[in-house]
Amino acid sequence: MLESILITVATAATPLLIAAIGELVVERSGVLNLGVEGMMIMGAITGFAVALTTGSPWLGIFAAIIVGALVSLLFGFLTLTLVTNQVATGLALTLFGLGLSGMIGESFVGRPGIRLGTLDIPVLGDLPLVGRLIFGQDPLFYISIMLTAAVAYFLFSTRAGLMLRAVGDNHVSAHAQGIKVVRIRYLAVMFGGACAGLAGAYLSLVYTPQWVENMTAGRGWIALALVVFASWRPWRVVAGAYLFGGVTIGQLHAQAQALAIPSQLLSSLPYLATIAVLVIISRNRRLTMMNTPASLGRPFVPDR
Amino acid sequence: MVMGTNDKGGENAAYSQMGGVVKTTLTDDSGLLLDVRGLTKVFGSLKACDAVDLTIGRGEIHALLGENGAGKSTFVKMLFGALEPAAGTILWKGNPVAISSPGEARRLGIGMVFQHFSLFDALTAAENIMLSLEDGAQINTVAERARKVSEAYGLPLDPYAHVGDLSVGERQRIEIVRCLLQNPELIILDEPTSVLTPQEADKLFETLETLRSEGRSILYISHRLEEVKRMCDRATVLRHGRVVAQCDPRQETASSLARMMVGDEVKGVERGARGGDKGNALLEVRRLSSRAAHPFAVELSDITLSVRAGEILGIAGVAGNGQGEFFEAISGEVLQEDADVVRIRGQSAGRLDITGRRLLGAGFVPEERLGHAAAPLLPLSQNLLLSRYSTDAAAFLAPLGFIRYGAIARAAKRIVDAMDVRKSTEDPEATALSGGNLQKFVIGRELDRRPGLMVVDQPTWGVDAGAAARIRQALIDLAKEGAAVLVISQDLDELFEICDAIAVMHKGRLSAPLPIAEATYEKVGLLMGGAHAGDPQARTEEMA
Repeated sequence: MLESILITVATAATPLLIAAIGELVVERSGVLNLGVEGMMIMGAITGFAVALTTGSPWLGIFAAIIVGALVSLLFGFLTLTLVTNQVATGLALTLFGLGLSGMIGESFVGRPGIRLGTLDIPVLGDLPLVGRLIFGQDPLFYISIMLTAAVAYFLFSTRAGLMLRAVGDNHVSAHAQGIKVVRIRYLAVMFGGACAGLAGAYLSLVYTPQWVENMTAGRGWIALALVVFASWRPWRVVAGAYLFGGVTIGQLHAQAQALAIPSQLLSSLPYLATIAVLVIISRNRRLTMMNTPASLGRPFVPDR
Repeated sequence: MVMGTNDKGGENAAYSQMGGVVKTTLTDDSGLLLDVRGLTKVFGSLKACDAVDLTIGRGEIHALLGENGAGKSTFVKMLFGALEPAAGTILWKGNPVAISSPGEARRLGIGMVFQHFSLFDALTAAENIMLSLEDGAQINTVAERARKVSEAYGLPLDPYAHVGDLSVGERQRIEIVRCLLQNPELIILDEPTSVLTPQEADKLFETLETLRSEGRSILYISHRLEEVKRMCDRATVLRHGRVVAQCDPRQETASSLARMMVGDEVKGVERGARGGDKGNALLEVRRLSSRAAHPFAVELSDITLSVRAGEILGIAGVAGNGQGEFFEAISGEVLQEDADVVRIRGQSAGRLDITGRRLLGAGFVPEERLGHAAAPLLPLSQNLLLSRYSTDAAAFLAPLGFIRYGAIARAAKRIVDAMDVRKSTEDPEATALSGGNLQKFVIGRELDRRPGLMVVDQPTWGVDAGAAARIRQALIDLAKEGAAVLVISQDLDELFEICDAIAVMHKGRLSAPLPIAEATYEKVGLLMGGAHAGDPQARTEEMA
């Protein structure tokens, strides 16, 4: 019982984590892409459709990553090359993604999907309690953790990551130092799009293997909020995503127990708990200031 | 005294060397390191640089002079590849080059120490330095190399400190070390000494001498004409984007150089006769101490001072010795537990915020102009309202808190006229003004209220000679009218020019004020280095 609850928690947290890690890299480069929800839903329909047509969930996942990156490229072209307002463009991207995915997905509604299998390691997977939890999850769970580790290493231990943070901190200085601000931001935006696409595919291939219109149900927004409340630090995003997933699953079980608590209050618990905890862990104002990308959302036009 | 004599000797030896260098550069054109011809840059309708010619020989220190907005920064940005010239050629060691990026400039051997906008606040000093090195060194190696260079050239820094926590002076040291680590043949220095103590500046000059003797060339931008005369082999003077003069600065006087820059005589600051008879203390600080608010902040310990009506008290000190924390405590950005620690015009003000202290008749000008003294993206008139909505509510606000736009526009115009603020549009955003002009506005905004107490942090940092003279004169005039003025500055010339007494801040402690008649550069400089006033033992140790 407990083991299966914990596994459900991981399944609820993984898509949030993947999308948020992608957006964290985007925001660290100084770009605010509010289109996460739109890119996710495009990933969800692409992953579902390609997996169903080809019979291979992995091809579906691959296609979702590509489509996520392409959609974000559109955002990048608008905000970085044409220097449109990032907030407005991001919102438009979300609306665009929701609409387009609904249209593409019309013929897929109600069709049974393909589920990406879980790992099945003999011996280790049979260990009591932790066996399935650690060794018997779906492959994307492991990828999400590795992705977090890779992003944390990239940002804080590599020269390229340093350049990305520099661009996010002060694009004028970065330009004066000869760092290619726009190129770095394009790459960051596309990484974010690819992650959002992957997170979307997770929903339609692992979480609930089917296609329902608007199936992301606001998870893109949660991912965006997680990035901010985690003060742009990768491992805090993991904490936030798992806390959110945990309380979500917990309150569902509580509702099933028919406790004498209004269900609306229970439904709002994940949000309250996540905000409360992340606010508490980011109360060190100096640390938060150091980690907030100072150029976030500000347009950059190089003077030459 | 001993130190002074040594310096003089070094200078003289250096001067004789310089003579030789100048000769070779004048007679042997093929030996030029850099030969710029007709470099032009146009922004919209403004010719920021108009056919500028400039040559630099090997081992030459070349001064680039001009007022704010004369085109100096535009020119050096083109040399460093940060801006693309509209016309003109750059010959590097005799070959035409297109410097398309700062990376390209660094590969050629051109390094730059920026005055503004080139460090990343959220990164550590070592990370900042690593960004401009292209040899793929690891962060620890970079930190170690930075530490070595900083020790070798007498520019102390902590490689692991976050730049956002550092003072202007410390940031500049990082910039210089970063530049030196690239082992450049031509070093462009933009206002390098404006934040150093005289001793530190001397150290820097020694560094520059060393660099010159290593055969490196230096393009030196400074407002301080005395040091240009002392250091530089040749000077090029820009005005409105054009070269108006090329000269040997040692053959000129400071005022003749200033005249070339401004195209007019710069008015000296008049102290006038101010009697020794001062009025009541308008600012009293008693036993002010503070704990460090963050790991890189300076703790203030037991600061006591008073500034009387008609008096200008100067606080000297090397950047990052607690001046910022002190200003915050006086201005009310940081409140005190005991209201009596800060008293303004006889009233306890320690628990009052900035507005509360302004209502007692005080005016404050912080160090950072953009983001602290002024909101960068708001027009001047609204910046005026932001600091005076409470003290001048009767004039600027209608009932229910509606803004009287006509009234603030008129007041802004009055300030602009009084301080000679030069701007391109009627009511520009603060960020659109040059540093000097914005500073004139920010100071004028406070002076316009006729405050009884004026506290200014770094009144003329990065401000050109004409504007600086105007600001200093305005502070003197204010004191003459009976106000108490407290000036925190790293510019000793400035303090000696306007103050009645100078106290020195070192590691969060404040020395007793030296009356201006007794103060010398020597004494103040020693206090800035940490010696105790009136402690002959300490002074002897310092000298030995």
